[in-house]
Amino acid sequence: MDRFVFLLSTGLARGAVLALFALSLVIVWRAARAVNFAQAAMAAVAVYAAFAVTAASGSYWLGLACGLATGALLGAAVERGLMRRLPHRTPLPGMIGAIGLVMVLQAGLAIAFGPEHRPMRAPFSERPFVIGGVPVLSPYDLFVLATAAAVMGALALLFTKTSLGLRLRAAAFAPETSRLLGVRVPRMVTVGWTLSVATAALAALLSVPTELGLSPHAADLLFVDAFAVAVVGGLDSPLGALAAGIGVGMLSGLVTGYVSASAAPLAVLALLTVVLLLRPGGLFAAGEARKA
Amino acid sequence: MSTLAFCDLTVGYGDGAPVLDGLSLEVPDGAVVALLGANGAGKTTLLRAVCGLVPARGGRVLLGGQDLTGLSTEDRVRRGLALVPEGRSVVAELTVEENLRLGALWRHRGPARTRAVAAAYELFEPLARRRASAGHTLSGGERQMLALARALVADPAVLLLDEPSLGLAPIVVAHLLGVLRDTAERTGLTVLLAEQNVTGALSVADRGVVLSLGEAVADRPAAELAADPALRHAYLGF
Repeated sequence: MDRFVFLLSTGLARGAVLALFALSLVIVWRAARAVNFAQAAMAAVAVYAAFAVTAASGSYWLGLACGLATGALLGAAVERGLMRRLPHRTPLPGMIGAIGLVMVLQAGLAIAFGPEHRPMRAPFSERPFVIGGVPVLSPYDLFVLATAAAVMGALALLFTKTSLGLRLRAAAFAPETSRLLGVRVPRMVTVGWTLSVATAALAALLSVPTELGLSPHAADLLFVDAFAVAVVGGLDSPLGALAAGIGVGMLSGLVTGYVSASAAPLAVLALLTVVLLLRPGGLFAAGEARKA
Repeated sequence: MSTLAFCDLTVGYGDGAPVLDGLSLEVPDGAVVALLGANGAGKTTLLRAVCGLVPARGGRVLLGGQDLTGLSTEDRVRRGLALVPEGRSVVAELTVEENLRLGALWRHRGPARTRAVAAAYELFEPLARRRASAGHTLSGGERQMLALARALVADPAVLLLDEPSLGLAPIVVAHLLGVLRDTAERTGLTVLLAEQNVTGALSVADRGVVLSLGEAVADRPAAELAADPALRHAYLGF
């Protein structure tokens, strides 16, 4: 039982980060109908920026802020400079463009900072609290959970309660109708990319200190798991990303503890397969629209 | 002044023959003009070209003397143009209230936006009862009401409608056209109404223009057009 509680609590923190990264994929999917395969490399660039600023200034928080800003700017720049210029008739040019961007960014990071893993310190202790003899969440885990919850809550408010959110949703669902209502749809796509990559940067910033350290590939595994999470939840559904993120985080925590760490990715893929067979649109896919 | 005019408008798709070839037409300020014609006459293409959704190969579109050619769709809308496209263009994922607010966003701010949305509910009673319902749960008639209400909420100078009566019950059509007529009389709205429902369209219009294979073959007062059996038979098929 103790072991179960411990594994579940570590899975929860990992799940929050997964949910956040999956949410970033959902945001860009909804804004531009594209899966951004460069999300991990772009997030890694933002983490390097945070790392460099933290190293120079000594302040984790200043680094965090610069990392988020870098992610936001990079998102806008990639949309305006690359994605917008690719043909949109099929999804393929966007995918290939993104994969090319991954190579450029990761090679660029390796040239600039070296390919080795650099340790990144967490701003809080990673030693878990012990409650009734059971080690549960660490202070850093609590920070991760609180930050992820706050950001997801803020994004939910932005999308559902503000007029920018209304424009973003309308532009995503019905671009032509939105233009006829005076919505500047191309600008909304840029805003979507900006929000998305900043969110992905935050998820990577939160996860890197708990992993091997910072390298150009530091967010790759996170991306793979988060992509599975986003598909399991339904690519269109922010709520799906949250639920599937927590679920997958706990699942891989339990499988790591009871079976082995190498079985965890297999368990995630098995879950993905089952969901795709039973509900191809994802667990939280929207229902059928009225036809008459 | 909100006269809508196009001069020498030429529009085509791909490298095929143009659908509209040098069409010129003027819809004077405050007029309600019915745009009639069979399937394939170019009605939808004309309305979409006016809004910039289909690029024109040549010619100009003028709104109150201002040249709209070269502007994006959203900028044309912000100059006072509104189009209710064919096929109930409600955003299905948004609620009735959100659809209306979306229509008002660029035009009104703060309390004025709330007032504009409230006025839309007054115009279309049935929508007020469904304000929190998602667009995809609405009936065809409710969707068309919402599409029209959402266009009017931005106080456009010129309203373009593409077959608003398509697939709707006669009583719903009568209501929609009645609201349109009243609004045009009350606010001086300029209307270009593309319709296959000739009787309905001519009953609310001042003038009727018959389009055939991309050319305006008749341009007469609505009453005269409705009463001329030869013309009706030749171009409208009944």
